[in-house]
Amino acid sequence: MFTISIQTQDFDLSVESAKLRSRHRDVGALVSFVGVVRDMNDGAEVSSMTLEHYPGMTEKSLAEIVNEAAKRWRLIDATVIHRVGALLPTDQIVLVMVASAHRGDAFQGCEFIMDYLKTDAPFWKKETTPDGARWVDAKSADHHAQQRWSQIP
Amino acid sequence: MITLLFFASIREAIGHDRETIAFDGFSTVEELLNLLRARGESYRDALLPAKRWRVAVNQDMVDVTQALKAGDEVAIFPPVTGG
Repeated sequence: MFTISIQTQDFDLSVESAKLRSRHRDVGALVSFVGVVRDMNDGAEVSSMTLEHYPGMTEKSLAEIVNEAAKRWRLIDATVIHRVGALLPTDQIVLVMVASAHRGDAFQGCEFIMDYLKTDAPFWKKETTPDGARWVDAKSADHHAQQRWSQIP
Repeated sequence: MITLLFFASIREAIGHDRETIAFDGFSTVEELLNLLRARGESYRDALLPAKRWRVAVNQDMVDVTQALKAGDEVAIFPPVTGG
């Protein structure tokens, strides 16, 4: 029932919001997060980025994360779109949109999905800097953000 | 047979993204990793036991103690960096 898409093409927040709202008359809150390519990372200028994924497992992993969020909060619907391939600074990378009757569930569900996506979903970023191309290192801050949720009953 | 998949920096380090090997001489993920490390320097460096890699079996994350069976798809990749 949730919408999960891995795609090279861009997405439109308004279009995705309209699609999601048109499916439900009981949605009172819609929270969305959009991740964007920055022109700077770990002290170096980033001119472009390539995103790789594991076809099959990535979709499965995202579905599991959204389903887990739906167990913890009252979510009516959710859309996760993650782009792969070549991206440039200012490009959109990821959309997580969560719908619920009230804002509390939507805010928390959205943040939970994003935190787990960061640590569990098989995507890898390679960025181009003046010193050449480099794989982005996983950050311990992302691990800590994900771990917070296991302390919340 | 076991299908091996390699992603991102690990794929680049060893030079290919997939191979099929006989399910022979190993029974767990750890034993498979040791067999790969014995192939040479590029494998050893990429698969150093320093937790710079993750393993999924049939598209589920697993621990190195995971037992394998014929037909499994084993993917080895660095910690993920999406979002």
